[in-house]
Amino acid sequence: MSKYQVNEKGLYGRFGGAYVPEMLYPNVENLKAVYLDIINSEEFQKEFKRLMVDYVGRPTPLFYASKLSKIFGANIYLKREDLAHTGAHKINNAIGQALIAIKMGKNRIIAETGAGQHGVATATACALLGLKCRVYMGEVDIKRQAPNVARMRMLGAEVVPALSGNRTLKDATNEALRDWISNPDDTFYIIGSAVGPHPYPDMVARLQSIISEEMKWQFTEHTGKALPDYVVACIGGGSNAAGSFYNFVDEESVKLIAVEAAGLGLDSGETAASMARGTEGIIHGSRTMLMQTDDGQITEPYSISAGLDYPGVGPWHSYLNEIGRETVLAATDQQALEAASLLTREEGIIPALESAHALAALPMLKDKFKPTDNVIVTISGRGDKDMATYIHRLMPECE
Amino acid sequence: MKNRIDEMFEKKQNLLSIYFTAGFPKLEDTMPVLRGLEKSGVDFVEIGMPFSDPLADGPVIQLASIDALNNGMCIKKLMEQIKEMRKEITMPVILMGYINPVMHYGIEKFAQDAESAGVDGVILPDLPFDEYVEKYKEMFDSHKLHFIPLIAPQSPDERIRHIDSLAEGFIYTVASAGITGNIKTSVDYRTAYFERIRNLKLRNKAVIGFGIKDNASYKHACEHADGAIIGTAFVNYVKENGTSEEAIKKFVGSIR
Ligand SMILES: Cc1ncc(COP(=O)(O)O)c(C=O)c1O
Repeated sequence: MSKYQVNEKGLYGRFGGAYVPEMLYPNVENLKAVYLDIINSEEFQKEFKRLMVDYVGRPTPLFYASKLSKIFGANIYLKREDLAHTGAHKINNAIGQALIAIKMGKNRIIAETGAGQHGVATATACALLGLKCRVYMGEVDIKRQAPNVARMRMLGAEVVPALSGNRTLKDATNEALRDWISNPDDTFYIIGSAVGPHPYPDMVARLQSIISEEMKWQFTEHTGKALPDYVVACIGGGSNAAGSFYNFVDEESVKLIAVEAAGLGLDSGETAASMARGTEGIIHGSRTMLMQTDDGQITEPYSISAGLDYPGVGPWHSYLNEIGRETVLAATDQQALEAASLLTREEGIIPALESAHALAALPMLKDKFKPTDNVIVTISGRGDKDMATYIHRLMPECE
Repeated sequence: MKNRIDEMFEKKQNLLSIYFTAGFPKLEDTMPVLRGLEKSGVDFVEIGMPFSDPLADGPVIQLASIDALNNGMCIKKLMEQIKEMRKEITMPVILMGYINPVMHYGIEKFAQDAESAGVDGVILPDLPFDEYVEKYKEMFDSHKLHFIPLIAPQSPDERIRHIDSLAEGFIYTVASAGITGNIKTSVDYRTAYFERIRNLKLRNKAVIGFGIKDNASYKHACEHADGAIIGTAFVNYVKENGTSEEAIKKFVGSIR
């Protein structure tokens, strides 16, 4: 057992835990009791792997980006989660949790979504596996992300507007938790990131760990070497980062770089950088770093990227950052847009805005790179969903 | 350790408790509402400490909480408002809220200030009971505060017995799987559940809350437990009718 992983109490250092009302206690305990046995069972692994290969299209490629490598003075590899079915890493987790739900005898699925990527992934998994699906989405996000709302509805999911608070991702998550409290028997809550009460952060990390499992052998195939020097991923709730870091965390020589959304700037007051600018607190059932007032009221973050626009971060990352195992950087809206342009022009890949934040770390790290360094950047999703923003910000003449 | 809550249970039956959100509808409504409730013969109260993300609450209390926060309510302000309440309020007073704001206030300071204001109990639905016992029970006991645990229809018998063995004050029996202001289950379902709890013969008293809203639901709860708590219906009422003594008396009069 890795010293970096969750302990039997559901804690990563002092972070994590399960701060849920008694109404959810039996559900959470039940999940805690079975999730490892299910995930580790041969039956689950066979079915999960089969769907990852035949349905999602895994393994996703590891691509040597020669032009970026020249620009940044190190060997840059891109892990292409943007090529997974539905366009982002979110599908790995959605299918994994849907299979767990079926094993637990639950046939009604609920999920929260911000940008709609996790909602689409969950609606897809439910269509595939024959499960009823309801997705909570902030009313504001429903307006901002119309194409994904249409996709979810076409896939047969019911999209329910979250009307409380600021009507964005945080409020959609509250609504999903309230639904779960109200429907404890038949319902499984598929959380979209490595957040929430234990065992969710660990369960999501394990399901996403397929990303780094593939990275490892693909990297060796490319280079003949065992380990890269850097792994870089963007971080909203922290699921693609958790999946990218999972199989490297015990390899101390591998530097793990998580890139938060700085929004308009770390000190602008309009930021989503929970680790750089947040404080310790409890959100959605877990103790972690989050954006809040001095009175402990949770505040609305800001980022150009809807997928990073969450006031908290998964507890594993709060812990890895605090003990220095993971380095946290922050990229502004502008830096992310520039990185997206660069990747598009140099390598012909339009990344999701979230993933563009990971790429924006390269200019920040450039001075540290040695020419022999091998760097893997996770491209967590593709940019189709962000075209309206790209057009608005990068090509206003096309509007 | 005994406090006003235990004395109340020794003397009274069919208890009626009212929940209200501090700072709603107006910032300075806390003391007027407390006075109105005491004069109306309510047995004890819960003062809600508003939180931005109240997981266990339905839309009515969510909106009241947001209004209260916008009015400037916070724990510091509430502690100031109730500092001298014991000059006039004799019924037990419980503070109800979520763990994050309390953590930020400082749990020890919170317990101290609550004790010196004359608070008798605390309800924090998202602080797990076992963590409370492990980390804070001693502290709360030393400040004469009962930590009131929740149980729900989906709580297994052995879990309820475990909670009962360590709880003091009373047990808050959540009427149906759900959030405040929302009862979806039938009367028969609830009767069966309340009787299951009664048959466990717990050492603590049980008071039923969530979804109690009128004379019928209050009476039904009292048939199967030691009393009932009304929240959403009262919050809705003061929103419409204000917090005058007369208005509050009218509401309480409609319940019993
Ligand atoms: C493409 C993409 N990347 C990253 C994220 C951020 O989530 P996480 O930090 O859980 O990977 C999202 C969330 O919607 C996303 O859609």
